[in-house]
Amino acid sequence: MNETIDRLRISLSQNRGFYGALLGLVVLYLIYNSLHPRGFSSAVLVQNANESIVIAFIAIAQTFPVLIGGLDLSVGAVMTLTATIASELVNGSPGHMIAGMFLTVLAGTAFGLMNGLIVVYGRLQPIIATLATGAIAMGLALFVRPQPGGNIDGDLNWALTNSLFDFAETYHLFDDGNAAWFQIIAWIPVPLVILFGILALVWVPFKRSVTGRTVYAIGSAEGAAYMSGLPVARAKIIAFTLAGFFAGCGGLFLAIQTSSGNADIAQAGSYTLNSIAAVVIGGTSLMGGIGGAVGSMIGALILRVISFYFRILSIDPLLQSLVEGIVLLSAVSLGALRTIQVKNRLDLFR
Amino acid sequence: MNSIQTLVELKNISKNFSETHALRDVSFTCKKGSVHAILGENGAGKSTLIKIISGVLKPSSGDLIVKGQPVQFSKPSEAAKAGIVCIFQELSLIPDLSVAANISLANPPRRFGLIDNRVQNKTAESLLAKINCEDVDPRALVRELSLSRRQMVEIAKALGKNPEVLILDEATSALTSRDVETVYDLIGNLRDDGVSCLFISHRMHEVEKLCDTLSVFRNGQHVETFAKGERSDNDIVRLMIGREVGAHFPPKPVYARSNPHLEIKNLTWETSIKGVNLDLGKGEIVGLGGLDGQGQKELLLALFGVLRGLDGQVLIGGKPTRPNSPAAAKSDKSSIALVPEDRKTEGLMLPMSITDNLIAASFDQVSRYGFISREKEKAAVASGLAKLQIKAGHASDAVATLSGGNQQKVVIAKWLMTDPDIILLNDPTRGIDVGTKKEIYKLMRELADAGKAILFYSTDYAELIGCCNRVAIMYDGAVVSELSGDAITEQAIVAASLNMKTSGTAA
Repeated sequence: MNETIDRLRISLSQNRGFYGALLGLVVLYLIYNSLHPRGFSSAVLVQNANESIVIAFIAIAQTFPVLIGGLDLSVGAVMTLTATIASELVNGSPGHMIAGMFLTVLAGTAFGLMNGLIVVYGRLQPIIATLATGAIAMGLALFVRPQPGGNIDGDLNWALTNSLFDFAETYHLFDDGNAAWFQIIAWIPVPLVILFGILALVWVPFKRSVTGRTVYAIGSAEGAAYMSGLPVARAKIIAFTLAGFFAGCGGLFLAIQTSSGNADIAQAGSYTLNSIAAVVIGGTSLMGGIGGAVGSMIGALILRVISFYFRILSIDPLLQSLVEGIVLLSAVSLGALRTIQVKNRLDLFR
Repeated sequence: MNSIQTLVELKNISKNFSETHALRDVSFTCKKGSVHAILGENGAGKSTLIKIISGVLKPSSGDLIVKGQPVQFSKPSEAAKAGIVCIFQELSLIPDLSVAANISLANPPRRFGLIDNRVQNKTAESLLAKINCEDVDPRALVRELSLSRRQMVEIAKALGKNPEVLILDEATSALTSRDVETVYDLIGNLRDDGVSCLFISHRMHEVEKLCDTLSVFRNGQHVETFAKGERSDNDIVRLMIGREVGAHFPPKPVYARSNPHLEIKNLTWETSIKGVNLDLGKGEIVGLGGLDGQGQKELLLALFGVLRGLDGQVLIGGKPTRPNSPAAAKSDKSSIALVPEDRKTEGLMLPMSITDNLIAASFDQVSRYGFISREKEKAAVASGLAKLQIKAGHASDAVATLSGGNQQKVVIAKWLMTDPDIILLNDPTRGIDVGTKKEIYKLMRELADAGKAILFYSTDYAELIGCCNRVAIMYDGAVVSELSGDAITEQAIVAASLNMKTSGTAA
């Protein structure tokens, strides 16, 4: 018991940014639900989950390049590109749909791999390399789908954007979702299951691999990482590849959600910028080495919950950008408090 | 038989960095189970030697033989595989990872392909226990630890690689005395297990206590290897110096000590400055000597207002004055200039023009109503270029296009434009050619004659002897010895730098 408390205490003191964000999200969301006329219901949760999942995926994607001290300006564009690809491929027989989803995510992953190779072997700054490849991704997206549209399977759209009960009913599982044991979890939104599932399957093993550790080491002290014999180049490439993978997941879900694809340049840009904001709010340092994907997901959810407030409190939506800016500024200011303790002022500039 | 006894052998190893020879034709052997000290002045080639042995640098020519096999390491991890592990002065730890993760960084224990944190923590615990550091929590982040604890973690990390040759480069410099004892015991135990240690230390008493063999390096060459006790301290110092002093210094006028312009009283900062007392008069050049990293750089930064949390007193012209930023330091009240350590990052804005760099510290003198006046700027730049005879194509060229010596002149000229009373110099002649060095010495003397007070840190003892009216030797964050007049000899400086009390040291 003492052991557990001890571990929690260490974790708390080492991840203040993350726990602060988590607490902020819980408080914000509880208040939101108490103010909402139909608060604490499955319907509200389903709607919110649908509105949050894509930005959560994009924020998770952004986390990897930021951890190595870089920035990926192409995540929004890769999302758009993969969404247009999905709008072409995800239809027809179940086998065809699964293959289409697989190819969609694969395309995002391949794009991330290309970013990584360019950054490592082309020796370009991540920010400028991904600015360029992001424009390329937009160009490809416009090529795939010059006009908005697409014909994504209607059942799939319904099943993946509602609660687990609706999913089971659509595909005639568990007595059309009426099995007694199933009722305990039937209210959970499918998007949340997908988000948490993919995060658990990818992030947890990543963090406990030598590659994951190397990603953190690069952002923390690249010279020391190299001197310790860590695989620096490989870790950088994998960081960008995973960014592409999660951006692909985001694009796939966006397409399924909207049953279509749309090469919307403004939307891609705003997702990219919001992903950076979410990463920072979630406690990841833009200098690299500190933070994680779970925090970024929470950061993305905070951004979304703030926008929900505008609906129920009937505040002018024009103020939304202003409030988001203030939240971001406060989050970053908390992180900057550490520099007050620096004793050698020259260190601030190194 | 001999090949088993010799763990590491260097045959005619040389290492060149463009023009300079860091190592020249060095042959050297390290025997199994010996604790081998490597001695030498700053720049004698000790660091280059261990970097070659531990795979950080490749030799330009010659052979490296480990356990009888010729090897070529292309990175440190290959040397580690061959059993050669180095504890570097600059720490190789990752600040944002836990102690345990750092200790088994490159090769962590794994289960089903994933890092096993439990085993990793256990490994770290047992290694830390070996060096009496049970107080360090393996789950703590390295950045939360003090410098001395980090150094111990670094040692634990090295031990985790099961070294056959352990290289300690000034590994004890940041340690507490209790930890130093632990490290002594550890080295003894390792020796009994047949591990060799290469030990670089500037503390002679440590060398005396621990080592059985000593090798002296000088100017990139291996001078001599001998068993402990074969040579006296005086002999060792002579072996370390053994070069002629260049005669290109301007004559030193006799300095009559008057009221000091700058007085430093019991100045203390963190762990690097431990109660420094020093004064400096107008027209005087005072040298700061000693081995690298004894607090000299920090002292200059402290005077220039860069460091926070100082204790002690600084008097300028009899009045307590402690500037809290470089901007305050250069103001009329204290009128201090600092030629900083790293010309390329702290001294110059490399992509900007010579003009912009020259006026960077004295905008107020070349401006009118808050705008830079073209004429004033032109005049100031012309006089600056002329005074220091800076060889530049055009004043609008980027300062990066100049040679190292001319770049350094730009830094000095920039600060002379502020017309400072106190000039702090942090090794201003490092890495520049002999001709420019000579000009800088001459300029320093002229400035002193014009009534400036100059504090001059140099790693080159010949400079200290040739230029200074007085030399203060720092050791472990304090001034341990002040030499003046004829007492400034190489022998005396080296002895004082090692904090040795040999004959002929006039304190």
